[in-house]
Amino acid sequence: MSILVNENTNVIVQGFTGREGTFHATQMIEYGTRVVGGVTPGKGDTKHLDKPVFNTVADAVRETSADASVIFVPPAYAADAILEATDAGLPLVVCITEGIPTLDMVRVATAMRDKPTRLIGPNCPGIISPGKCKIGIMPGSIHKPGHVGVVSRSGTLTYEAVDQLTRLGIGQSTCIGIGGDPIIGTTFLDAIKLFNDDPDTHAIVMIGEIGGNAEETAAEFIKANVKKPVVGFVAGQTAPPGRRMGHAGAIISGGKGTAKEKYAAMAAAGIHTVQSPAEIGTTLQSVL
Amino acid sequence: MKIHEYQAKAILARYGVPTPRGEVAFKKDEARAVAERLGTPVVVVKAQIHAGGRGKGGGIKLARSSEQAGELASQILGMKLVTPQTGPEGRIVRRLLIEEGLDIKREIYMSVLVDRTTACPVFMASAAGGMEIEEVAREHPEAILRETINPVVGLQPYQARKLAFGLDLAPEVVSAAVPFMQALYRAFVETDASLVEINPCVVTGDARLIALDAKMTFDDNALYRHKDICELRDLDEEDPLEVEASKYGLNYIKLDGTVGCMVNGAGLAMSTMDIIKLAGGNPANFLDVGGGASAEQVKNAFKILISDKNVRGAFINIFGGILRCDVLATGVVDAARELDIKVPIVVRMEGTNVAEGQRILRESGLNFTIANEMKDGAEKVVRLAGGAR
Repeated sequence: MSILVNENTNVIVQGFTGREGTFHATQMIEYGTRVVGGVTPGKGDTKHLDKPVFNTVADAVRETSADASVIFVPPAYAADAILEATDAGLPLVVCITEGIPTLDMVRVATAMRDKPTRLIGPNCPGIISPGKCKIGIMPGSIHKPGHVGVVSRSGTLTYEAVDQLTRLGIGQSTCIGIGGDPIIGTTFLDAIKLFNDDPDTHAIVMIGEIGGNAEETAAEFIKANVKKPVVGFVAGQTAPPGRRMGHAGAIISGGKGTAKEKYAAMAAAGIHTVQSPAEIGTTLQSVL
Repeated sequence: MKIHEYQAKAILARYGVPTPRGEVAFKKDEARAVAERLGTPVVVVKAQIHAGGRGKGGGIKLARSSEQAGELASQILGMKLVTPQTGPEGRIVRRLLIEEGLDIKREIYMSVLVDRTTACPVFMASAAGGMEIEEVAREHPEAILRETINPVVGLQPYQARKLAFGLDLAPEVVSAAVPFMQALYRAFVETDASLVEINPCVVTGDARLIALDAKMTFDDNALYRHKDICELRDLDEEDPLEVEASKYGLNYIKLDGTVGCMVNGAGLAMSTMDIIKLAGGNPANFLDVGGGASAEQVKNAFKILISDKNVRGAFINIFGGILRCDVLATGVVDAARELDIKVPIVVRMEGTNVAEGQRILRESGLNFTIANEMKDGAEKVVRLAGGAR
C-alpha cells in the first residue's frame, strides 16, 4: 500500500502545454503515472503528448476519470489554478509552483477550508509512491518500492535522503514533499497521521527545516500516537536568524523556529534525530 | 524586501495612518531646512538604516533648534551606526528623517503579520510599547494581545475595539484606534507586506494616536505586482555580493566562514552548510542555484561565491534532478577557466548524467577534487581550506 496516490490514480496536468508542464508530464508518463489529460485555457479540444487538452478543470474532470491534479502554472496564476481544481471537486491537488505570494495562499487556504480537496504544496517536489505513481518533479529512478514513508519540506534534500535509503536497499511506501512555503496545504502532522494509519508503512523519515513550528506540532502527535520508528533531521542548524534561506518559509524570526528547538521537540517525542544529512539512511536502517 | 522608516511612514500615511510631520534629509543643510520648516520647539533627527535599535546606538537625537538639527545631522550622517541588530560591523548612515517632536503620554505596540499555523493574518498589540516584542513575548507572553483576521472580511471594528480596550486606552483614544488599526491592516494587505510594525505607537497629550516609528517588510514573491515598492529598494543597505546575486535570480546569503558552497535546492543548501560545520569548518555562504539552472547561471553563481575574499575552499554539492550534472560541470569548468581560481574546489555530484559530469570535470585539466558523497565532500573541503577558522 501507500498513501494518497497509487497505481489507480488518474492525473491531469494544469499548465499542461507549457515548458515545465510538458517536460514533467512526459517524465511522469514514462514513470508509469496514469496521466489522463491536461488543462490549458484556450487549447481545449486539442491533443498534447497524445492526451486530451481541456479549457477548464471542470471539463477535464467531466470528460476523464481524473482524481488528482498537478499544477505547473506560473506563480501569478497558481492560486487561481488551485482554486479551480478545488472547485472541480478533485480529491488531490499537487502544486509544484514556487514563488506564490503569501497573501494569495492566505486566501486560498481560507477558501479551501471545509472543502474535501487535499492540497500538497505549493513550492514542493510532489508525491511519489514508488513503482506506482509519480506526481511531481522528483527523479523517479532513485526511488524503490518498500515500507518507509518520507515527508519533507525540501526537494533535493529529500532526493538525497531517498537515495541513501535506496542504496541501502530500503524501499519507500510513499515520499511526500510538503513544500518550503510558510503556508502549505498538507502539513507534517497530516502526512505523519496518514503514514501512521498505513499498514504498509513501517517507519517514517521526517525532514524539517528552520522556520515555523510544524515540526514541533508533529512531534507532539508522534509522542502520543506513533509507535512506528521515526527518524528526524532538521536543515539549517547554521542558518543566521532573520534571513530567508531560499525557501520563503525557512526563516528564524524573533528567535523562534530554530533547528535547536525543533531537534529538542523531536528528541522529547522519541524521534531518532540525525545531526548529519549524510546519515539519514544509516540511522533509519539502524532503527528498523 | 525591507524599506526605510520614512518610506514606510509615507506608505502608511497614504492609507490614513497618522504619522509625525517630517521629511527625509541626505545632507546637513537639508536637515536644517527641514527643521526650520517644521518649526516645532523640538525636532528629532533619526538615522535611516534597515535595522532596529537605532536609539541605543546613538542614531536618534533630539534638537532644540534648526541649527542644532544641522549639527546633529552632520554628526550622524556618515557615521558607522552599530546597534544590537546590525552586528559589530554596523551600517553607514546615509539618510536621516527629521521629524517634529511630540508630547508623548503613552507608548504601545502594534503589528500585523501572517500566522503560519492558522494561515491567516494576525493583529498583535501590547501595552509594552518601545520594547522589543521578542523580549515581551519571552518575559510576559500574556501582555501580547492577538486578533486573528479572516481575510475575506478583514479586520472588523469589534476586533480593533477589543484590542484597544485591552490596551486600556481611554474611550476617546479607542475611537481613534479603530480606524488607525483598520488602516494598518489595509496597508498590510494592499502592499503585500509580510510585516507592518508600529513600535512605538504613541498617545499624545492631546489624545491623538500617532505612529512614532514604522517598519514594513514586503513579500518578495509579490513584488512583481508592486513596481512602486520595488523602487524603494536601497542597495546601500544590502551586501554587494547579495545584490550581484539577485541580478541573476540566485539565492545567495553571505556568512562569516571560509568554506564557500554552491548547492541546488534550499534544503540541501542549508544542510550542506550544516555538514561543513560538522566537519569542523565554517560556511562562507548560502547559495542555492535552483532546480533548473543553466550552465550560464551556474557560472555566475560560482563567480559570486569565489569573489568573497574570505573563501579558502569551495564545495559544490549537487543532487541532479532537473539540473543535470553535465550542465553543472560545464558551468563550473567555464567559470574556473575564466576566473583563474586559486582556491581548492571539491565537487560532489549525484543524479542525472553524473558520469558525463564527472568526465567533463576530469578532462578539463583543472584541479578539481571529486567527492563520493556529502560527508566525504565536506571533510575534503574543510581539510583543503585549512581546517576550522
